[in-house]
Amino acid sequence: MLSGAELNEIEKELRAYSDRKMGCIGALKIVQRHRGWITDEALRDLAGYLEMTPDELDSVATFYPLVFRRQVGRHVILVCDSVSCYNVGYEELLWHLMKRLAIGLGQTTADGRFTLLPAACLGVCESAPAIMIDADVHGGLEPPEKVDQILNSYE
Amino acid sequence: MSNAERPLTGDFRADGRPLGIGEYEKTGGYLALRRALKEMSPAGVMDEVKDSRLRGRGGAGFPTGSKWSFVPSGADVFSSGPKFIVANADEMEPGTFKDRILMENNPHMLIEGMLLGAYATGADCAYIFVRGEYFGSARAIGKAVAEAYGKNYLGKNILGSGFNLEMHLHMSAGRYMCGEETGLLNSLEGKRAIPRTKPPYPQVSGFMGRPTVVNNVETLCNVPHIIRNGAEWFRGLSRGFSGDGGTKIYGASGRVKRPGAWELPIGTTAREILEEHAGGMRDGFRFRGLLPGGASTEFLLEEHLDVRMDFDSVQKVGSRMGTGTMIILDDRTCPVGMQLSLQKFFARESCGWCTPCREGLSWVVHMLGAIEEGQGEMEDIDLLLEQARLLAPGHTFCALAPGAAEPLGSGVKYFRQDFERHIREKHCPWKIKNS
Repeated sequence: MLSGAELNEIEKELRAYSDRKMGCIGALKIVQRHRGWITDEALRDLAGYLEMTPDELDSVATFYPLVFRRQVGRHVILVCDSVSCYNVGYEELLWHLMKRLAIGLGQTTADGRFTLLPAACLGVCESAPAIMIDADVHGGLEPPEKVDQILNSYE
Repeated sequence: MSNAERPLTGDFRADGRPLGIGEYEKTGGYLALRRALKEMSPAGVMDEVKDSRLRGRGGAGFPTGSKWSFVPSGADVFSSGPKFIVANADEMEPGTFKDRILMENNPHMLIEGMLLGAYATGADCAYIFVRGEYFGSARAIGKAVAEAYGKNYLGKNILGSGFNLEMHLHMSAGRYMCGEETGLLNSLEGKRAIPRTKPPYPQVSGFMGRPTVVNNVETLCNVPHIIRNGAEWFRGLSRGFSGDGGTKIYGASGRVKRPGAWELPIGTTAREILEEHAGGMRDGFRFRGLLPGGASTEFLLEEHLDVRMDFDSVQKVGSRMGTGTMIILDDRTCPVGMQLSLQKFFARESCGWCTPCREGLSWVVHMLGAIEEGQGEMEDIDLLLEQARLLAPGHTFCALAPGAAEPLGSGVKYFRQDFERHIREKHCPWKIKNS
């Protein structure tokens, strides 16, 4: 069941659109903000609320990489693997992150703290190589050890 | 350059925070809107933009005034009911970060540009489509839209003129395809961002089947300045370097001394951007080539550096200006590895709607991966060139795969001996050197 707080936010989001369905991406993100990810149950509940079938909503949910249909850690690290970062040390940065967190791309640390995901260009190429943790961008990570202190500030 | 020569960025605050509405008004903000609503007809605004020779800054370079003129007006069926204007702020072209800078620093300029575009085309509803990772831009725009409503620059009967415009911020959730204008419209309707058949073009049948104009952020930000200072002034900003009007936000990333973005007369040479503004190559690195305007443009070499960075000039040397933000390849980065990174991006971002893009790009990634790992065959090089031809315009539904073919074809052509070396030596020479 969707919570009262979720429903309030979703209703506000839907005001920008003339059809409930059109607000589905924003609504998915609202539910995800409250629960961390979109479970099958949440998907069914939300689909009903938006007058969509669950499959219809899932076809949208699975298209967009920032909608998580699997459980993620408390913090999601997006590692930019596009060309500007590649040219200035992306590979070293990714190796360092994988070693340090002891996980590969698409995986979550055993303590549920971090999930590591690949990401398309984050649009901060002037400070490549860059990553994003939750809503925060961290750039200029050359040498890659610079990321260690940053990770410490996310519990 | 003085602030007058840098209309887009000259008024930015030194601390990098967005200009508030009062600050924007002090720099002359919303004067263009006042002038348009009081003294100009919608057709007058459109003509001024046509005369200015402003061309779309999202990469394609289509003349903005002409784009607007395709929106039907008059007493036909399309003219009754809502019309839309959408700002394409889904800045996901790799190597591109100029629209983010504009939104984070001066969000009201975008809003005023959209107001003028809406007035010219008769739109009464506006969406700003922001990519999901741009939290800073979304914060700045959300606040600015609220401020603009508070002063009746948005809403009903704007400044007593009888003109109405509602404006909404739409936060997306990733996927490069959302930057393709028909993919964007599907996404805005709450669907997968797959492309639509054209024609009909969005100006006739766009968002919800209604007339819709989709413009890039930088394009729209130029409009208030054109209306405030006139088309002739705008054309003069390019200092005769180019037939196009205005300035351009150029950028450079890669192993240059000062990666960044700079507003310069459109038509400034690639060499000036690279050597003077980006400070040249970092010590210990040699220049090998560049992509002039994002991932989906052809490579250029040292011999092309004197090209003027405008739409027509870059095309003459075999590439495209694209977004104008250059990505530099240095001698210590493997050109095959860089190509693999580029093609992995396109393959992953392909929406899968049409076969050449969905299947072709994954094959390209497989072949490049094999070459990079030292398991390629010499025939693979010609196969890659064939793929580049098969992914070119005319073979696919939208511009994503043709965009991928641009760095692929040119990269294999210009760095062929590096590809051959990987195959002959059965490993990546750069990996050995760097480890």
